[in-house]
Amino acid sequence: MTGVSTWRIAIKAVLLFVVVNVMFALTDPLPTIGSLSAYNAVFPGRPRLPYSDFPDRAYNLSLHNLNAMFAAHEIAAGPKPAGEYRVLLIGDSSVWGFLLKPEDTLAAQLNATQRILPDGRRLRAYNLGYPIMSVTKDLLLLQHAMRYEPDLIVWLVTLESLPASRQLLHPIAQNNAGAVRALIADYRLSLDPSDPRLLNPSFLERTLIGQRRNLADVIRLQVYGALWAATGIDQDYPDYEPAAIDLEADDSFHDLKPPVLRAEDLALDVLRAGHQLAGDIPILIVNEPILISTGRNSDIRYNFFYPRWAYDQYRVIMAGQAQRQGWRYLDLWDLVPMSEFTNSAVHLTPGGSRLLADTIGAAILSAPPGRR
Amino acid sequence: MSLAQIVIFAVGALLFGALAALAAREATGRLRSLARRLRPWLMLSASVAALYWLQSSTPIRHLDFWLPTATLGLTALVWAATLKPRPATGGRRPDQAANPATPDPRATAITALVIAGIVALIASTRYVDALCCLTPSRPPDIGAVGVALLTGAGLCVTVARLAAQVATRRAWLDAALVTLLIALFAALKTEPLTAGLSALLRSFAGQSVGQASALDMRWLGFSYIAFRLIHVLRDHATGRLPALSLREFVTYVVFFPALTAGPIDRAERFVKDLRGWDAGSDAARAEDVAEGLRRILIGVFKKFAVADTLALIALNPVNAAQVQWAGWAWVLLYAYAFRLYLDFSGYTDIAIGLGRLFGVRLPENFDRPYLRPNLTMFWNSWHMTLANWFRAYWFNPLTRWLRTAGGASLSPSAIIFIGQTTTMALIGVWHGVTWNYALWGVWHAAGLFAHNRWTALARSRQWGAPASKWRALALNAFNIALTFHFVALGWVWFVLPDVGQALALFARLFGG
Repeated sequence: MTGVSTWRIAIKAVLLFVVVNVMFALTDPLPTIGSLSAYNAVFPGRPRLPYSDFPDRAYNLSLHNLNAMFAAHEIAAGPKPAGEYRVLLIGDSSVWGFLLKPEDTLAAQLNATQRILPDGRRLRAYNLGYPIMSVTKDLLLLQHAMRYEPDLIVWLVTLESLPASRQLLHPIAQNNAGAVRALIADYRLSLDPSDPRLLNPSFLERTLIGQRRNLADVIRLQVYGALWAATGIDQDYPDYEPAAIDLEADDSFHDLKPPVLRAEDLALDVLRAGHQLAGDIPILIVNEPILISTGRNSDIRYNFFYPRWAYDQYRVIMAGQAQRQGWRYLDLWDLVPMSEFTNSAVHLTPGGSRLLADTIGAAILSAPPGRR
Repeated sequence: MSLAQIVIFAVGALLFGALAALAAREATGRLRSLARRLRPWLMLSASVAALYWLQSSTPIRHLDFWLPTATLGLTALVWAATLKPRPATGGRRPDQAANPATPDPRATAITALVIAGIVALIASTRYVDALCCLTPSRPPDIGAVGVALLTGAGLCVTVARLAAQVATRRAWLDAALVTLLIALFAALKTEPLTAGLSALLRSFAGQSVGQASALDMRWLGFSYIAFRLIHVLRDHATGRLPALSLREFVTYVVFFPALTAGPIDRAERFVKDLRGWDAGSDAARAEDVAEGLRRILIGVFKKFAVADTLALIALNPVNAAQVQWAGWAWVLLYAYAFRLYLDFSGYTDIAIGLGRLFGVRLPENFDRPYLRPNLTMFWNSWHMTLANWFRAYWFNPLTRWLRTAGGASLSPSAIIFIGQTTTMALIGVWHGVTWNYALWGVWHAAGLFAHNRWTALARSRQWGAPASKWRALALNAFNIALTFHFVALGWVWFVLPDVGQALALFARLFGG
């Protein structure tokens, strides 16, 4: 190889590098790449959306590519089977099943008992919960999930997922800023579309070099499919400190002080947007169970998250809102005994999860919501 | 080596290459001569600095400085032991600079000063916050470094004087140094001994002995450096070692591209490249640069894109206990087999590429090993420089001895069995003195012996090659698959430190 051809190769390589990067920034192929998945083809689909901070132990990882997340889920396995009554569960880590094995999550427990609707359809629940509480994040996932033809959406919420000030804290929302802005505009949400927490990648950040981490995450998600298939493990199960029973004598809730929690402090418009987005697909809103402490200062707080005054008023607001809007609403806040919580005031043991599944399953079967 | 370190080395080498190319076009030839003289110094300096830069941090205070310093000390000591007595007539011969049959004392002193200067410079970064530090942690006090350098120099002079005396004493010196290197090697590869060594060093440093761990003793490249030094001492004992200057010797032993993962070059071959480089050969330089870059890119892709991705799902003690189905256990095993090969051969490609940028053609270490139709050919193409080392310094001397003095009554097959078993067991424990590595070695020894006997049987029965081309191809494919699977199954021993877990995985792999 002569010196001249070496230079030619070097110049061509640099040109190719620049062209590929510019094209990547202009076309943003990551969502399309995310749709290409080895799951449901080479590997079985995951029963819950990909999430983990410890990929090497969980054989799973957190990423921001919604297409890749859903393509890895078992819901994307194929067309909806005939005779299936498809229930999508959305919510936070308690729905996702933090510290629960895949077979112990709410969705798995709902499916464990073969529930047949009066019209003969078999109830099949899909776990689309995703850790960290924010109903805006739930709305974003719901928008994406609508393509999977649900018959019913069960949306589990809690007060912590509703403060308006916390809606854009979720990395999924921040890294899918375009989609969140579209939701804000389409449903006139009272969120600021120019909120600096919604990330606006620069041109350089949109190039292949700038997006290399996100691209690597999509690839790693595919690779971890082999270990998911080989072991059935999708979460790290560390030893944990049980949820606090003895509580601080503190009656604050984020930046809110007693005595009044106002409906305007909560992102109820996001719940309303969810109903609009679902159209004629019914939604069952569930106020998820919380740990009700009997320990020190339990007269002030229910648990680590909630002072009594705020939570009690939240329940009143939710019930009133559901009644006014005609939402189907199930308040299960005190369903689960204190012993059936794990490391947080909303994370359930398998027993707690079963109890919740039985109650929600019974509610669905007792009055199966038809299409509105 | 991290990707950033590889890029920095490559850019440095390319800059030197570009300057050398410019020098070659200069009319008077003075710059060309300068480049020729500068290159060995540059390679020495870069290698000495890299020794400190690439050393990983350890929890023992200043150990990440003292371990590279000990490498340099050991290297200088072995060089001193291999010195040939100076001719009685004395004086400098005209060809001494180009081919130093006996090292020139002045050149030796300059080299020693340059090395000591670099070490002192690295140590002195402790006092300059903006520059601190080339080492992973703050270097020790400059006074302590000075004492260590002077002690090292004194030891080298003593050894050199001993080496200059009668031949029997030189032989004892070689044997003593080989023993020291093997003892150090064993101490670093045997977990209880390594932990003991760590405890000793912690007590010297005034640190908690209770926290001593074998992981404290991460000595950069010692496995390779020790084997280069033993090779030099053995070749010196048998009179095959060419005379090397201190500069050449240190550059050979700690040549930075080959520090972390080999290959184990031979001194006489390395020094030929070191002495033979010509800045004036433009076409050769261009070829070196192009080939060097090509190998680096291939190596980076193999190591950082493929091997590191396969590492996510490669077999390890944790997932071996979790895998639920035989088919997926095979997938994890295949991932490990290819991850190991691509990681190791990727590093080798990078080392060879970086060497080429400096005009050094390091030996190949891998030659498509997983495409070999039998185990003997596999070991002729897997970690070739290590296998050659053991062949030269263990297998051949042992079998020669068994054929003659030690075991004249043994049959040829018994001699081969003993030679192969001990060689492969030693190659196993080179990775660590544990049962699983020894078993991995014995697994391969059994395979090699079986292949040897099969070949002998085929020869005695005069089994010819298959008549048709397609049958030959099919047989070759079958042999490749068989050899690969034997090697892959052998990795089970290699990767799982617990023999019981390895047996359980074998049961899982075969449907148990």
